[in-house]
Amino acid sequence: MDDIGAFLVAYQTTIGTIGINALLALSVWLTLYTGQLTLGNAAFAGIAAYSSALLTLKAGLPFPLALAAGAMLAAAVSVPLGATVFRLRGVYLAIATLAFGEVVRVAILAIPITGRGQGLVGIPPKTELWHVFASLVVIAYVCARLRSSSVGRAWAAIREDEVAAASQGIPVRRYQLVAFVLGALIAGWAGGLAAHFDYAIQPDEFGFARAVQILVFAVVGGIPNVFGPILGALLFTALPAILQPLQEYRDIFQGAILVLVIVFLPRGLVTVFELRRTARLRTMGAEDVA
Amino acid sequence: MLLEASGLTKRFGGVVALSSVDLSVAEGQVFGLIGPNGAGKTTLINVISGHFRADAGAIRFAGADVTALRPDQLARRGIARTFQSIRLFKGLTVLENVLVGGFVRGSPPARARALLEQFGLGGRADAFAGELAYGDQRRLEIARALAAEPRLLILDEPAAGMNPTESAALRDLLRTLAAEGITIVLIEHDVRLVMGASERVAVLSFGRKIAEGTPAEIQADPVVREAYLGTADA
Repeated sequence: MDDIGAFLVAYQTTIGTIGINALLALSVWLTLYTGQLTLGNAAFAGIAAYSSALLTLKAGLPFPLALAAGAMLAAAVSVPLGATVFRLRGVYLAIATLAFGEVVRVAILAIPITGRGQGLVGIPPKTELWHVFASLVVIAYVCARLRSSSVGRAWAAIREDEVAAASQGIPVRRYQLVAFVLGALIAGWAGGLAAHFDYAIQPDEFGFARAVQILVFAVVGGIPNVFGPILGALLFTALPAILQPLQEYRDIFQGAILVLVIVFLPRGLVTVFELRRTARLRTMGAEDVA
Repeated sequence: MLLEASGLTKRFGGVVALSSVDLSVAEGQVFGLIGPNGAGKTTLINVISGHFRADAGAIRFAGADVTALRPDQLARRGIARTFQSIRLFKGLTVLENVLVGGFVRGSPPARARALLEQFGLGGRADAFAGELAYGDQRRLEIARALAAEPRLLILDEPAAGMNPTESAALRDLLRTLAAEGITIVLIEHDVRLVMGASERVAVLSFGRKIAEGTPAEIQADPVVREAYLGTADA
């Protein structure tokens, strides 16, 4: 027991970050599963991180309430955004959501109460490891249940063929929007946890690089089920620590792993035991993520 | 009348794909829609099923004005369709395709399996839809449409790519469906299938309805012959 306790203390930051990253990866998984490429989740996390931190720091709100409020705010912002950008498809949708992320970052820099470029410091460190992992278990379970429900089947149908999905009675836009807003809610929850885990937050933590990183977690881990994004977040968060002995060659190895996975496991790490299924899907030219 | 379209007009840029087309389909009827390539048949059903918005005209379904409704709203009201270029959910299994078909009715998996058995696809339930042979894909698309328990089933060239045996089986299937009370609009190039299965046939040419009647009347119509012979020359 003492060994485990010592391990947790020594690696607390890494372990907590794995959980938070897994939540963020799940948040983008929802839209990826419906076949939409969106890059707004880092910004949703940022909105919630700043608003929840300000609520505990300046307004003295209890931590759980601040967390919930931050996540709700992110979700509330995602509704009009989603209603607007889901007219777009593919890379255009990705770019539109990326632009939204930049707007959020610049807005944070412009508003005095956020601490601007210096960041917001002195946030009460309320997030415990168990908060992160209890959230992860609950949210992953909900996502898994959604996936195997009729809602999940409708999402998969939309991903495969929007026109056919509509002709089967699926309100395509509404279902895409639901996935997007749920994703924003989860990203917001993760952002609030992150803010109270780190003592301080900075606008750059929620910018372009972060958005791409979250996407990499989900895609490299795999979209077919909810374990993919979690696995991807685990691997790419833990790797820098594991590869520490390699020092300056660390990034090369990390990049090499990324390339190898994309080439040999196009449907993600989680499909490592489904190679035959992947081959069948590729033969008929179906979407790689199915 | 279950389906009543009046004055449907659809333009694509300068091309008039549909020019003031009227169509009335009675409940329980099998209604054939034929015409040379590019006559506007598929455009007409894309308008009826909500995928295109008509520039002019109105559509009534089961007594209600449905002109402005989206495809998913029309599906909920009981219009199901298949596509000329098969649009299955290729990466989902055969069973999952039919389960999605039952989305609007919330039908249980048992009903989906029964449909697959009826269509001779029971043994392929766990295959990916994209792995099926062409004729099987056409049949699966019909099964998926039927899973929505439609009042009106629109089939866009269901026999395309089928051999004569499969085509004959399809004709039997259409009769069975009609006997169950499902109204069918059938677009088809296979004239034998259309004439054999339909009670009424309309002929489109260059976006206009040039004739409508029983199969016998259509076959005897000189205007129809001219439209077809004209394209045969070209």
